[in-house]
Amino acid sequence: MGRFLIRRFLWMFVVLFVVSVITFVLMRLVPGGPFNNSERGVPEAVRRNIEAKYGLDQPLLNQYLKYIGDIVLPRITDETWRRSLTEDYLINIDLPFLGEDAAFRWMNFGPSLRNRSRTVNMIFTDNLPISFQLGLAAMTVAMAIGIPAGIISALRRNTWVDYTGMGIAIVGVSIPVIIMGPILQYTFAVNLGIFRPTGWGTLDTMILPSFALGFAQSALLARLTRASLLQVMNEDYIRTARAKGLSERMVILFHALKNSLIPVVTVLGPLFAALLTGTFVTETIFGVPGMGRYFVTSVLNRDYPVIMGTILLYAFCLVLANTIVDIVYAWLDPRIRYD
Amino acid sequence: MAVAHNQDANTTPSNIAKLKTPHKGTSLWADAWRRLRRNRLAIIGAIIILINILMAIFAPQLAPKYYATQVLVDNDTAPYWVTRVFPSMVTVEEGGYVRINNDYLLGADNLGRDLWSRIIYGSQVSLLVAFIGPLFAALIGITVGLVAGYFGGWIDNLLMRIVDTMYAFPTLLLVILLMAFFRASVAQPEPGSFAFNVAQIDQRMGGMLFVFMGIGMTSWMNLARLVRGQILSVREKEYIEAARSLGVGTRGIMFRHMLPNILGTIIIAETLTIPTYISYEAFLSFIGLGVNPPVPSWGAMISEGSSSISTYPNQAIFPAIALFLVMFAFNFLGDGLRDALDPRMRGVD
Repeated sequence: MGRFLIRRFLWMFVVLFVVSVITFVLMRLVPGGPFNNSERGVPEAVRRNIEAKYGLDQPLLNQYLKYIGDIVLPRITDETWRRSLTEDYLINIDLPFLGEDAAFRWMNFGPSLRNRSRTVNMIFTDNLPISFQLGLAAMTVAMAIGIPAGIISALRRNTWVDYTGMGIAIVGVSIPVIIMGPILQYTFAVNLGIFRPTGWGTLDTMILPSFALGFAQSALLARLTRASLLQVMNEDYIRTARAKGLSERMVILFHALKNSLIPVVTVLGPLFAALLTGTFVTETIFGVPGMGRYFVTSVLNRDYPVIMGTILLYAFCLVLANTIVDIVYAWLDPRIRYD
Repeated sequence: MAVAHNQDANTTPSNIAKLKTPHKGTSLWADAWRRLRRNRLAIIGAIIILINILMAIFAPQLAPKYYATQVLVDNDTAPYWVTRVFPSMVTVEEGGYVRINNDYLLGADNLGRDLWSRIIYGSQVSLLVAFIGPLFAALIGITVGLVAGYFGGWIDNLLMRIVDTMYAFPTLLLVILLMAFFRASVAQPEPGSFAFNVAQIDQRMGGMLFVFMGIGMTSWMNLARLVRGQILSVREKEYIEAARSLGVGTRGIMFRHMLPNILGTIIIAETLTIPTYISYEAFLSFIGLGVNPPVPSWGAMISEGSSSISTYPNQAIFPAIALFLVMFAFNFLGDGLRDALDPRMRGVD
């Protein structure tokens, strides 16, 4: 188990390294740069100077190494530090026992090239929590609706409950956020006036986007839970449990459910990842001030540090989610070998 | 106990009935077709798709107006019945703001273009994505899966690690980056160059070539894994050994013997992903990186409409319904096809 964990974590960093290289290369292959848009009419010499200030005149390899170095390498300094555009760390831990201003500083994602006076870390700390909240809220919606619906459908198989539930599920799968969004907005915000159509932070603005994003995934979860539980109910150990005289409730609660949730747990990682990236669409429709807006504009503006930072951070979440799922999977099902 | 007992009671009579009927030799496809016909939802799906195909082909005849025709004085007008469906749209006569114009079946958008005509023309985009989108993904996915499964060893290892790495990419973000890359790369190409030719093709397709490429390059991984798994399972079959002993070459075995045997699985998997491709296109058009305006895409129409959802809900809701119907149809047809072609997978996701 120990070796398995170590291997999984090492693999995580290899993947992140490859992702960072591909993103960097792809991003720099896009013609144009952050400072040469013609409509603002920046003189050639000025543009060169600005680019030099941000190190964009250096060879690409040096730029890449500096960028990654700033993120990966932690710094322990005892200098008085003032947050600046080029020096802004995501993680700052004071070390009072080493000196008055000594601190452990880590993860400098660099400045934003287009949102002057803001660093990528500021964008992260301001907007990322909102995207995360939305993703988590949607995941809660998906699980709270999907798993119970799947269990009920499986236990009442081939009854009207099952047919209705699965009918709703298949319809739900066909509704992406861009359809669900306007319909929910119109029905509940414009027509009934229960919620507000756009915004974020209060309950009456958070429910609609969470539901719009989570509903399609809840349908997937319901179908998966149902299929898995039905399969488990045919296993020999369920027959054994019944044979030894356990009540149906005990059989389902203690024998069937735990095993049937294994496949469900394995999709939770990719599910959260899908929801997290899915927040981009939802944010646009519901006017949620998350990361989505920044990413699209940063790509169009060639704001390199923002593009890199966002993709790396999301890739990290994806890889972490998948790794955790792998570990939970191995832990839940003893038949899985660790190598 | 009750559950298991019921199941026996349900299945046994039909099994007996099956045994009693004299065995008729039917091909896999005839058998599948028979099963598909019995699936009412799949047939409804197929009919919706058929109607959609007819709409796309005969769009110039069916649509009352051309999709780009603007009558600016008619902007944001709606026919009377629409204002009854959406109670928030209060007409001018009733003291509201909606101007009535019954010439437009579903209303006109903020540029005075007929919504109904744009929805009809929009079906061309979504159907092209549905049928051509998977081709790009299939081309990459099948190739990678075939090579990995057939050769095994370090090639397999390398390709599968690439697949793993691709999974780590936030797909939507990568698509956005790719689309920006494609668009900017061919922004001002020199005539005669490769980029120029690609840009010409893309222009002629209304910006769809890049949509296909972007979607294809980010959604081939599932298929690659599936094909590899299938190849691994047929690789050791006797008929492959027989073919090999008859002296069939690598390419012959791959394309003549292995691929046809796993084609059913590939078709099922791709049909089930079509809704995903459609929603990708809608999303890309939604954020303005999809098809070039004024080519109507339902995603772009929803995007334009949703900015005025509280005043003119019809501009977002009608394209949303159209998109929903098509995705719904492909989902049902895909499910039906899966059950028909591979009864073992019934009810399993």
